[in-house]
Amino acid sequence: MVNLSVNLAGVELKNPIVPASGTFGYGREYAELYDINVLGSFSWKGTTRDPRLGNPQPRIAEMPSGMLNAVGLQNPGIDAVIANEVPNIAKIFSGPVIANIGGFSIEEYVENCRKLEDVEQVKILEVNISCPNVHAGGKNFGCDPCAAAEITKAVKAVTSKPVFMKLTPNVTDIAEIARACEDAGADGICLINTLLGMRINLNTRKPIIANRTGGVSGPAVFPVAVRMVWDVYEAVNIPIIGCGGVSTAEDAAEMMLAGATAVEVGAANLKDPYACKTIVENLPAVCERLGVSNIAELTGAAHR
Amino acid sequence: MKKSLFTVEHTRQLTADTYEMILSGDTSAITAPGQFVNLDLPGHFLRRPISICNWTDEALMLLVKVVGEGTKDLVRSVPGTELDVLSGLGNGFDISKSGAHPVLAGGGIGIAPLYGLAQRMLEAGMEPTIALGFRTARDVYYLDEFVKLGCRLLIATEDGSMGTKGFVTDCIKAVPECDYVFTCGPLPMLKAVHSLPQLKDGQFSFEARMGCGFGACMGCTIPTTDGYKRVCKDGPILFKEEIVW
Repeated sequence: MVNLSVNLAGVELKNPIVPASGTFGYGREYAELYDINVLGSFSWKGTTRDPRLGNPQPRIAEMPSGMLNAVGLQNPGIDAVIANEVPNIAKIFSGPVIANIGGFSIEEYVENCRKLEDVEQVKILEVNISCPNVHAGGKNFGCDPCAAAEITKAVKAVTSKPVFMKLTPNVTDIAEIARACEDAGADGICLINTLLGMRINLNTRKPIIANRTGGVSGPAVFPVAVRMVWDVYEAVNIPIIGCGGVSTAEDAAEMMLAGATAVEVGAANLKDPYACKTIVENLPAVCERLGVSNIAELTGAAHR
Repeated sequence: MKKSLFTVEHTRQLTADTYEMILSGDTSAITAPGQFVNLDLPGHFLRRPISICNWTDEALMLLVKVVGEGTKDLVRSVPGTELDVLSGLGNGFDISKSGAHPVLAGGGIGIAPLYGLAQRMLEAGMEPTIALGFRTARDVYYLDEFVKLGCRLLIATEDGSMGTKGFVTDCIKAVPECDYVFTCGPLPMLKAVHSLPQLKDGQFSFEARMGCGFGACMGCTIPTTDGYKRVCKDGPILFKEEIVW
């Protein structure tokens, strides 16, 4: 019997598998397909203070082994999420929820986190300072260690929940940003958000995505994510949620060996809506193959 | 929605770029004409959303236009190939809502869902008029199949090489009693149909670049009079009054 549970900054997850923000909505669509209680947690759709309609169409492009998206943080706004989604989440999921929070100013991040303070089921705040698809939407905060630290400090001051900063890979040295967040009091780091990319339609000679650029995700980014999780694990002492291109239980184990305590699964859900369920089911066999009876032993094991 | 394996049984080329495909598998998740399937193709990350032309309990019929590498690979799938399919996606046409004289208007590959729709309307005792638009006579396909249904059939080609010269809307203007439309086709066609003064109401099928096809990723949302809707989950059929051009 393999113990799959992990401890994420004091929050117990029954397994390390967490659908990544933006690929799982607020759980509704997947709960129609399977009992999502098999998941360790899920990270809800990036939520901002005000409702956002997102970017114009098209928002999606394809590439070998991956995709690009520029949805642009479409969401109903934090008040509507608390009023309409949180009660529904309580019906479909009994575990801890990770609330992904977007923002355009320090004040907005603070306001959003404060509003979630009394939402019992939200156990972790995942502060997205890395969305590549909205102009000035957090990305600038995630590219500058001082700004990242400033947001971390401001958010920590208004919440009792563990705060994970979600970082962009579109920087020279992600470990430096992670260190700045840790020094400012972050309880953990989530990485990576999508890599900035572009596809151009040969016939129209114009970018396929209306926003011109989009975030690259899928198996193609997996080695980039593993390398960055490795670098951040070397740089900080707080737990890491590893994210980027994970499609299988083997990928999840590899991400943990690089230093992740929990693993987010994103684009794989869009290709196969049962991806996370399948990964959870396959984890015990992968652990047995790797000779561990407690999956938490994998975290950072590649560094030792 | 159901995720299951379908087997390619048969592929037939209809025009230079259009193919008919029959796949066998469990179609129990399909509840209405106008829904679509999302096919996983080896070597392509995203699935390919394809409108359902027709279906039985054990078989799925698709009309596929080759527009890129994915659809090219799809129509090249040899009989016996197994494909991972998400079936029964989208809302589909609602045939309980239609006037006494519905017209089914299709353009190009948008004709596909109208075939299964027409068949179900006939089974329900309705008498739809069918209006199909193509660029030229060379692009015309499925004519015999539609003729066999026995409905009033109107054809338009842009160059006049078959039927009425012009667009599908030109055919529809000639039958002014038709006041309710079920339509699928390229956006300019949908717009032109939408502006036909004879229409009291209608159902319009939209296409979009999709991420997931089942409502999770917000990749295909469009503005409507009733807020933003997901083409894949809240659509692909929108009612006339909901549409914002």
